[in-house]
Amino acid sequence: MTPQSLPLTDHPTPDSIVAWCPDGPVSRDRFLADVARLAELFPPGGHILNVCQNRYHFLVGLSAAAVSGRVSLLPPNLTEETIARLAAATPDLVCLHDGQGAVGTLPSLAFPPPAPVGSGHLPVPLIPVDQVIAHVYTSGSTGVPGTHHKTWGSLVTNGLAAAERLGAAGHALVGTVPAQHMYGFESTVLICLHGGAALSSGHPFYPADIAAALAAVPRPRALVTTPFHLRALLDADVAVPPLDFILSATAPLSEDLARRAEAAFGAPLLEIYGCTETGQLASRRSTATRLWHLLDDVRLSPLGERHAASGGHVEGLVPLGDVLEPVDEHHFILHGRDADLINIAGKRTSLAYLNEQLCGIPGVIDGAFLMPDDEPDDHVTRLRAAVVAPGLTTRDILAALRLHIDPIFLPRPLIFVDRLPRNAASKLPRADLAALFAAYAAGHGSAR
Amino acid sequence: MTTTPTDAAQTPPPSIADIAEIIVTALGLEMTPDEIDPDAPLFGEGLGLDSIDILEIALVISKRYGIQLRADNDNNTTIFSSLRNLTDYVVSQLEA
Repeated sequence: MTPQSLPLTDHPTPDSIVAWCPDGPVSRDRFLADVARLAELFPPGGHILNVCQNRYHFLVGLSAAAVSGRVSLLPPNLTEETIARLAAATPDLVCLHDGQGAVGTLPSLAFPPPAPVGSGHLPVPLIPVDQVIAHVYTSGSTGVPGTHHKTWGSLVTNGLAAAERLGAAGHALVGTVPAQHMYGFESTVLICLHGGAALSSGHPFYPADIAAALAAVPRPRALVTTPFHLRALLDADVAVPPLDFILSATAPLSEDLARRAEAAFGAPLLEIYGCTETGQLASRRSTATRLWHLLDDVRLSPLGERHAASGGHVEGLVPLGDVLEPVDEHHFILHGRDADLINIAGKRTSLAYLNEQLCGIPGVIDGAFLMPDDEPDDHVTRLRAAVVAPGLTTRDILAALRLHIDPIFLPRPLIFVDRLPRNAASKLPRADLAALFAAYAAGHGSAR
Repeated sequence: MTTTPTDAAQTPPPSIADIAEIIVTALGLEMTPDEIDPDAPLFGEGLGLDSIDILEIALVISKRYGIQLRADNDNNTTIFSSLRNLTDYVVSQLEA
């Protein structure tokens, strides 16, 4: 029988450790006190834009919204266009922040100081399983943003499935990825609410900060990161305390980096595969196998030329943009992505959308983005763009793009040409566009 | 480039021009080091760097000067608020 509601957290006792902050462990009681207090401080309105950088603040913000019937919005970026779109779709939107300041002109609430903890134990609030807790957003293959509603029942199942696969219960988790991004949301926040893990409040960035954050929490402990951050951490030669597992997602990880990480940190490295629409779907230990192992109740089924995911925490039947090859009911090989779809640092868009934004800038006569294919492993790929825009400067174009697209997709380099090598049918063959950049790089030494 | 700790200890403190050179070289920027305004923001608008660039630059600085950059608060990009601020930070870490 499916329950009608589920508790905010399955941490079993009032003194269970939910999080680690700079001043020590946070018990379930202190967490619940913080949640109750913040929920009272929210102004009227049903939608919260939670931009808290401190991971514990994010957790409390999400939880306070959930227990007070509010929806947390988790957009992929905070460009002016994104904020305007969210404010138009949800006019009662309030920004919850913790020191970075509000976003745009939205009404805002600063995260409050810790709530006093009373002498009695606090009951764990129950939340209806069909209540919408979060809105997450996808670019869609055409670039038209799609909104996905995540219900409490699905998020709880998601956290439990991930925790079970990783064996994460009882672990302290240090994340280098934002809590607002789907991967960080699932792998540091959800598995802390349901899955028995405890998150570290920090969002360490520099290698020495990552090492310090790990040293500040007891074992068993794990690092939730990306290939890029992992490479930086290994290259920096800082002393990292022993780990119990390492989690990586958002981009393919080279086998070499996986081996180096396992050797340096003395722990298995697990990769997660998923997307915003579905959340995580599969995992693998990269040094042992190329095959992805689906989470226990998740299934793939053919859908046209591609596949769709269903079961477990996946709501409905969700088409996948990647090219997968199932090898049995529980395993598949990932072959890659549609050439038009782009995934950089875990953020997705399409070339069609980017080209539309570029060509839509007043003064731009023609323009095209190129996804280079010669970047070394475990580095972040940068897009390139060529533009025909006689009256504009690089600065003009980048400033105009910055309003509409995530900065990670800004072109580097942006080159100015007299015309693009379009063929008679007005199509722009990729090889010809690539040749344009190769010629440019030959004249400039580097086109990174 | 790799340096031994001994080399790092003998490297003189960087000038603004030295750090500008690191930024341009590490990121392959199409500008000369003296085109970076020492007081303009490096992050976001201004020079237009993002957190990925900052981590790349931090790695080069740590190798060359034998110091590890640390964020003193939740805002990881404070050190990179300007070229001058970044240079001052590196010099202060070398003197510490």
